[in-house]
Amino acid sequence: MTVTPPGFEVDPSLLRHLDGAQIGVELDNGDMVLSMGPQHPATHGTLRLVVRLDGERVVAADPVIGYMHRGYEKLTEFRTYPQVTTLVNRIDWLSSFANEVPFVHAAEKLMEVEAPPRAEYIRTALTELARVATFLLFLGEMGLQVGAITPTFYGFRDREYVLNLIEGATGGRFHPNFNRIGGLKDDLPWGWVAECRSAMRKVLDACDDFEDLVLGNPIFEKRTRSIGIIPAVIGASYGVSGSNLRASGVDWDLRRDGEPYLAYRDLDWKVWTHPDGDSFSRYWVRLQETRESARMVLQLVDGLPSGPIMAKVPRVIKVPPGEVWVSTENPLGEMGYYVVSKGSTGPFRVKIRSASFSNVSILPWLLKGCYVPDVISILASLYFILGDIDR
Amino acid sequence: MSILALDIGWGTTLAVKTLVVMLLIPLGALIFGYVFLFKMMAHMQSRLGPMESGGFHGWFQLVGDGIKFVQKEDIFPEKADRHVMALAPFIVMLSTFLVFLVVPAGPRIVVAPLDVGVFYALAVSSLSVIGVVMAGWASANKYALISALRATGQLIAYEVPLVLAVVGVVIQSGTMSLQGIVLAQRDGAIFGWDGIGHPFVLTQIVGFTLFIVAAQAELTQPPFDMPVAESEIVGGYMVEYSGFRFLLFFLAEFGTAFAFAALAATLFLGGWALPGVHGGAADAFGPVVVLVKVMFVAFLMFWARFTYPRMREDQLQALAWKWLIPIALVNILVTGALKVVF
Repeated sequence: MTVTPPGFEVDPSLLRHLDGAQIGVELDNGDMVLSMGPQHPATHGTLRLVVRLDGERVVAADPVIGYMHRGYEKLTEFRTYPQVTTLVNRIDWLSSFANEVPFVHAAEKLMEVEAPPRAEYIRTALTELARVATFLLFLGEMGLQVGAITPTFYGFRDREYVLNLIEGATGGRFHPNFNRIGGLKDDLPWGWVAECRSAMRKVLDACDDFEDLVLGNPIFEKRTRSIGIIPAVIGASYGVSGSNLRASGVDWDLRRDGEPYLAYRDLDWKVWTHPDGDSFSRYWVRLQETRESARMVLQLVDGLPSGPIMAKVPRVIKVPPGEVWVSTENPLGEMGYYVVSKGSTGPFRVKIRSASFSNVSILPWLLKGCYVPDVISILASLYFILGDIDR
Repeated sequence: MSILALDIGWGTTLAVKTLVVMLLIPLGALIFGYVFLFKMMAHMQSRLGPMESGGFHGWFQLVGDGIKFVQKEDIFPEKADRHVMALAPFIVMLSTFLVFLVVPAGPRIVVAPLDVGVFYALAVSSLSVIGVVMAGWASANKYALISALRATGQLIAYEVPLVLAVVGVVIQSGTMSLQGIVLAQRDGAIFGWDGIGHPFVLTQIVGFTLFIVAAQAELTQPPFDMPVAESEIVGGYMVEYSGFRFLLFFLAEFGTAFAFAALAATLFLGGWALPGVHGGAADAFGPVVVLVKVMFVAFLMFWARFTYPRMREDQLQALAWKWLIPIALVNILVTGALKVVF
């Protein structure tokens, strides 16, 4: 089962906000009701946010989701296990590789197969590359949402180095579909490791640039400090996870604290937290984690073990009956699959726990009382992907 | 009346002036600035963008964009106030045109040498907000409405420091005519040394800074672009416009930036004056000198534009009323006192 962060017995009085959140603001016409989305540029996708405004102050906000529902949980029931990775690729489309890993792990767990160490190392490297790519986009995107266009272009430019690496190894920029149950499709191509080292150095430089250009900017600080504060207890009670929770001071990372997976045990790395819990600290934590991930990739390619990349698995994969829950620390937060198998070639039922769904559930509580521009900076700092909300 | 020392009739003069005001000055400045600054922006932001069209550095892109805008459908929302909405972009554009009237480009090259040039320029430049409010209200769109209200609040807050910043220059030169201010800078001296004249930027550096900051807010450029704010209110008052009218807004944005850069260059950098150039040569070189100085000021403005995020509306108001206006008042006080002493 999933690991719950220690010491989070929720005080019931704190949950009173939950009742107030469900107000159905669309029916009430007293103040100005602004429908932000589903085609609003700040919601990067089709999130609709119905906000009731008093002047520019938000009285109430109601996120409306489901515009992008693609029914992946149901679709998995009509696919074989190797086919499902194609679907889950598209849940959080910015870090597709990281979505495959927990599902493949779940299947491997049920089959009692273990991928060889080389495959685990490459999986770890590609997962961390996906994290770097996602976060680089965030580091730029956040600038755009508070009004600075320049970091966005830098973010896209630097992400391109990482996407080229992912493409070099897997053949797909966005949807690698590279995991196989029991290992990987292919070994790394010749020259990839050297390319990777130079790209990671560029990423580390880019992080310094972002630190100077965005974090060091007085206006950015003014726009994000003390804005959208998520107290650790409230965050945990809403199921917020990942960098958003770490930015609230919770020292909790599934890569370290969860069930051991991939090669994280062999690496020397650090979990970053920030005590404030505001938009600024969410940016800060993600910036540090980008650096940390880049360093992890450097360590991984240095210590890459030799050997096969596939374990011995039958040609037609049949997973023995059983149930398993596997969750991993994905770029957006905790992502998990509950897989029920009845012994056939495809899963009987899959429940997907995606990080963004829980992360945006805090919005009605969080947005109350802030200004319209803050709505945007809070949305940007929570960093959700619509595919990850609606699945 | 003569232009460039040629004796011609008043009818021809009027025709030439109309042509210059309507076409040459704004359009030349617009296209030059648009191309120059877009390329600068592309380099600063590492945009690859369209570098292919036209062969050399994508020079044809601007023309292509223009053609694209012109052939687009002119859309009005069903509930919009059609006439007001149709008129709004022209009013915004008009205020840009009117500012160019009084900016001198040489000892004799000025369209309308008004005695109250400074006063006139600052007054007509704020006409554009009327167009913005018209557009925001008539679009029948909530984002546009929020944008129009923000623009109004911003204008009220920033017209004051803008005017106060210029008062220092007016005190020092003793005239409100822009031509007079340029002459005062050309013929002036700093503590008895008249090698480069007396560009007021040296003694009015506070005023210059205030003017640039306030102009940035007037122009609704980042960090003060709340009325436009693509990421929050989706382009604000422009959200319902398409085609040619949108193009007008777009050009007015750059045109007004140019007008304000021209004002700043005239008020603080000595306008067309160049040390050691007098008489007919000043007329010949004047426009070029002005353009170079305008480009320099525009560079500063756009540099800030591409570097800073957007402030929040309340933070902007706090900046104007708590910092800029008091500093401007102190600046006037000190300038006045020094004027009396020296």
